[in-house]
Amino acid sequence: MISLIPILPLLAAGVTALMKRGQRAPAATLVIAAQAASTVLSLLAFLQTLGAEAVHGDVARTYFNFPWLSVGGETLSLGLLLDPLGAGMVLMVSFVSLLIFIYSVGYMKEDANFTRFFCFLSLFSAAMLGVVLSNSLLLTFICWELVGLASYLLIGFWFHKPEAAAAAKKAFLTTRIGDMGFLLGMLWLYSASGTLLFYDHGNGCLEQAALTAIATKTACIGLAVSNCIALLIFCGAAGKSGQFPLHVWLPDAMEGPTPVSALIHAATMVAAGVYLVARMFPIFSATGNVSVALTTVAWVGAFTALFAALIAVAQTDIKRILAYSTVSQLGFMMLALGVGSVTAAMVHLIAHAFFKALLFLGAGSVIHGVHEEQDIRNMGGLRKYMPVTFITYAIGMMALCGVPFFFSGFWSKDEILHVAHQWPVSQLPFFMAAAAAFLTAFYMTRQMCYVFGGSYRGHAHPHESPAVMTIPLGILAGAAVLMSIPATPAWPWFHGYHTGEDIALDFARLIEHDFLTIAGLSIVIVTAGIGIGCLLYRRIGIESQGERASRPFGQETSQALSHTRAGRPCPLDHSNAAPSVDPLQKLLPGLYSALANRLYVDELYNATVVRALGLLGCLAAWIDRWIFSGIVRLVGALSLLASALSDLFDRFGINLGFDSLCGGLRNGGRVFSSWESGRVQGYLRFLSVGAVLLLIILGWLLT
Amino acid sequence: MTLLTLIPFVGALLVALLPSHRAARMSGLVLMAGVLGLTISLALGYDRAAGGIQFIERHAWIPSLGVDYFVGTDGMSLMLLLLTAIITPFALLSAGPGISRLQVVLILLLETALIGTFTALNFIHWFVFYELSLVPAFLLIRSAGTKESTTAALRFFIYTLLGGLAMLIGFLAIQIAAGTFDLIKLGEMGASLDSKLAAAFGWPSAGLLVFCCIFLGLAVKVPVVPFHTWLPDAYSEAPSPVTMLLTGLMSKMGVYGFLRLLVPLFPQRMQELAAPLLWLALATIIFSAFAALAQTDLKRIFAYSSVNHLGYCLLGIFAVAAVPMGAPAARAAATNGVLLQIFNHGLTAAALFCFVGFLERRSGGLRGMAGFGGLRAAAPVFAGLMGIAIFSSLGLPGLNGFVGEFLIFSGTFKLVWWSAALAAIGLFVTAVFLLNIIQKVFTGPLPERWSKFPDLTSAEILTVAPAIALMFVLGIYPQVLIVLFNKP
Repeated sequence: MISLIPILPLLAAGVTALMKRGQRAPAATLVIAAQAASTVLSLLAFLQTLGAEAVHGDVARTYFNFPWLSVGGETLSLGLLLDPLGAGMVLMVSFVSLLIFIYSVGYMKEDANFTRFFCFLSLFSAAMLGVVLSNSLLLTFICWELVGLASYLLIGFWFHKPEAAAAAKKAFLTTRIGDMGFLLGMLWLYSASGTLLFYDHGNGCLEQAALTAIATKTACIGLAVSNCIALLIFCGAAGKSGQFPLHVWLPDAMEGPTPVSALIHAATMVAAGVYLVARMFPIFSATGNVSVALTTVAWVGAFTALFAALIAVAQTDIKRILAYSTVSQLGFMMLALGVGSVTAAMVHLIAHAFFKALLFLGAGSVIHGVHEEQDIRNMGGLRKYMPVTFITYAIGMMALCGVPFFFSGFWSKDEILHVAHQWPVSQLPFFMAAAAAFLTAFYMTRQMCYVFGGSYRGHAHPHESPAVMTIPLGILAGAAVLMSIPATPAWPWFHGYHTGEDIALDFARLIEHDFLTIAGLSIVIVTAGIGIGCLLYRRIGIESQGERASRPFGQETSQALSHTRAGRPCPLDHSNAAPSVDPLQKLLPGLYSALANRLYVDELYNATVVRALGLLGCLAAWIDRWIFSGIVRLVGALSLLASALSDLFDRFGINLGFDSLCGGLRNGGRVFSSWESGRVQGYLRFLSVGAVLLLIILGWLLT
Repeated sequence: MTLLTLIPFVGALLVALLPSHRAARMSGLVLMAGVLGLTISLALGYDRAAGGIQFIERHAWIPSLGVDYFVGTDGMSLMLLLLTAIITPFALLSAGPGISRLQVVLILLLETALIGTFTALNFIHWFVFYELSLVPAFLLIRSAGTKESTTAALRFFIYTLLGGLAMLIGFLAIQIAAGTFDLIKLGEMGASLDSKLAAAFGWPSAGLLVFCCIFLGLAVKVPVVPFHTWLPDAYSEAPSPVTMLLTGLMSKMGVYGFLRLLVPLFPQRMQELAAPLLWLALATIIFSAFAALAQTDLKRIFAYSSVNHLGYCLLGIFAVAAVPMGAPAARAAATNGVLLQIFNHGLTAAALFCFVGFLERRSGGLRGMAGFGGLRAAAPVFAGLMGIAIFSSLGLPGLNGFVGEFLIFSGTFKLVWWSAALAAIGLFVTAVFLLNIIQKVFTGPLPERWSKFPDLTSAEILTVAPAIALMFVLGIYPQVLIVLFNKP
């Protein structure tokens, strides 16, 4: 039954791929119906894992494997797996995807390639569901690459925009750098353990026998083989999940339509990397809970969390801010995995999926409402025009910042801080994460002030989005709140669910010393972040309001519109434009511009990797042209020279000799032929001379 | 078996007598369909449980020299016959109705030579067909009619002829030492062949020299960097349908030669020289990928990309040769991967050049990347189908290219891990230049001059549809082809 979960969307994608451009309604209906069906199936699968009893202290797993290839005497199998780790994830992925699909009907209404869009969406979701349900690293890799393909197609969906096409290529290639690591890790695992199935009645690569085997062997660089494999696989995860230094594609990926950004940042793609590490966690921790691999994951995660949060502070594109916040939150998840808590990471992953989908769809609604404007400096005051979007967005924002008690983000982030605090290796990641949490609250407050606070600074008339877009927002907002229930430490339901332990409701955990310290700290952090954010950015609204207090809004826009229509520059542009200097920029101009330029990582890539590739390409072409072909030309020239020499030899050596021989013969012949003149007296003269000579010789011989 | 060789040959002679090029094209197609049907029935009739060489026919030809007419097929050559039978009509169709009678005749003759090469089991018999293929290929490259194509054809001819000559000398030496041209018998001698050569010529390195001669001949044909310089010119100056045959089929003669001649005859030399050979394969993979990155002409990019893809075949072959004992699973994976890759590359590269041909027909011969842009807006079907072929070439899972490469890499990694790790660089660079093509040709704003760019006609769609369908079939269920040559 679980095989249908990815297959249904895949079939829907296949069928819609063959549909004509005009068949919009059938395509959308088919894709949404297939997605709804797999959501229902996911729910059933999820319920099934709830009812399953734990076996031997381990969670219940159901899987089936089937042969795919047999080469030589060996069979390479693929398989599907259902266990608590995957079941929660699969439900989230299919449900969030479904909501995004429904939302897309409204968002993409005007697009000419509507049918194709739904085809790609369905492929995306199918591939992601495949990653989640796979019981074989090979099948994971296959689906993983298909996720990459679908993201490539969707990021570059508006292919006529050169930026979109470039962003799509960048996403595919950046993640492919990581995927090469993944591929090598997979090959290594296969050659070391002889199987790529995760669970196979004791013979799988995540089961004890194989783990012991790869943990005890040592590779040439002194690391355990399991750690090498884990690090290589982490390269792939870092690529997909946008960890530093492979995060550069993710902010650019917002060139795609907004539902795609929501899908990439919440349900699919970036979640794949975190999920992969969670799935392969037994290999990462094969040499203990502070293995080299896990330590690396933790440091990369903590660094990414802080680094991306810093950059987000100085961005002005509504989606780019959210994109960096995703990178940062993924860093949190990786940190949680690195310090050894799969549950904390997964809870945050799922909670984040809901509120990040909510934020992106909300941002889409905003962009839609202000007619494809994305710069937050040209927004403002939208809470009046878009009340539903505002309320749901505010819920998403509070969940992301981790506002206490009623929002899922608080509990899940708190848990990560908690586990990071207990990490025996170092406390630094904990402080980095805390700083990132503070920055998160700060930049989200900044964004809220710019977008919804103050008064409107744009030109087009803002409007609320249709119900097909706002209803998914409402549902996601509800989920962002409700997800806090199973995430509280009072009822660590997820923990029990993932590990198979029995968990009872115990409010006493809420007042444990440990928890209180961290919770208290995170409340302080959030309050500080939001407080400072308000302090700095509250004035943006007031200033611009003050400037334009005398002008009622309607008049302003109609003027603006009429001016734009007339094709003249709008005189309101300047007075209306957002304060061109960000308050933070006034305070720290140097830092702000470095952050606004994304700390020059892209420039660094351009200067190193991109240039190196180009140079190597030119070098190869040059070698080909001048050295390899040069040798050939040299050989050619030498053989020409040789043939010229032999020609000379022919002409002046052999030919000359031959000619002179021939000439000699000819001359000789002429001489001889002249003798044969036909005159008898001549012959007689020769004859008599000959006879006399003969006689003389004979006489001389006889004497 | 003999019938299979005769159909295109006799057909070519008859087609030459036909009055119009249209009739020639039709009858050419019918003949090729006959070959395809016969090949499929052979493949179905091949007893896979028994394996080995079947459908043997043997007649004495020049008994005094040990030259026999000796044909037969095993799974590997059946796979190549299938590929030949599929790609030849594909190329003919892709040329469109404008193809001349002479070209049809030459393509049929080339098919004859290919079938002869893939079925021959006596060296001289093999060599005759191997060299025979050069003549129609030479004339076909020249049929583009440009000055450059004449130069390229000449260069192609001289290169491969010299390579062939080296190979012939090598085999004459073998005949003197071992007294036979029979490839099967020679293969059974294996290691002792080397000592026989040493004894016959009184020089211990005689075997090495003979090995190098044969290697040189095959290396030019595949080609192996640095013996590849004939290729970019030949592939780019020949008309696209001809390039489809060159890359799809003729390059496979070289790889086939490695598997049929060099590996069975010189197992020890292969093992001794494994490290330099692997480095050559890596140089082929990485160098050609970077060289492709620097090209702007679509045909030259795909030409270098072909070299790159065949590099993976060599990598697998050499890795297997490097470790002749043990690790049966890895050896089987690499070997099957190589054979799959041969088929997949033939299919995908032919499809790519077919698309370039369609593009040239629309652009009046223009094929520089910079001249295009945004074509997806004007020709979505074209962009979609060519996109599938490009992703197949890139090795996307779900399409054919992935399976062969995965098997090669998984086998090679177990056998010689460092070479697989280094070859992964090639995989990445391949993705870079292939996505560059999509970006520059199909995306971005549509320039004014291409706003009327016509999409594929239904005839063109039908031409490429079988190839695209095969890409999916082999990507999802490769076992359908693997059963032909897998030795359980």
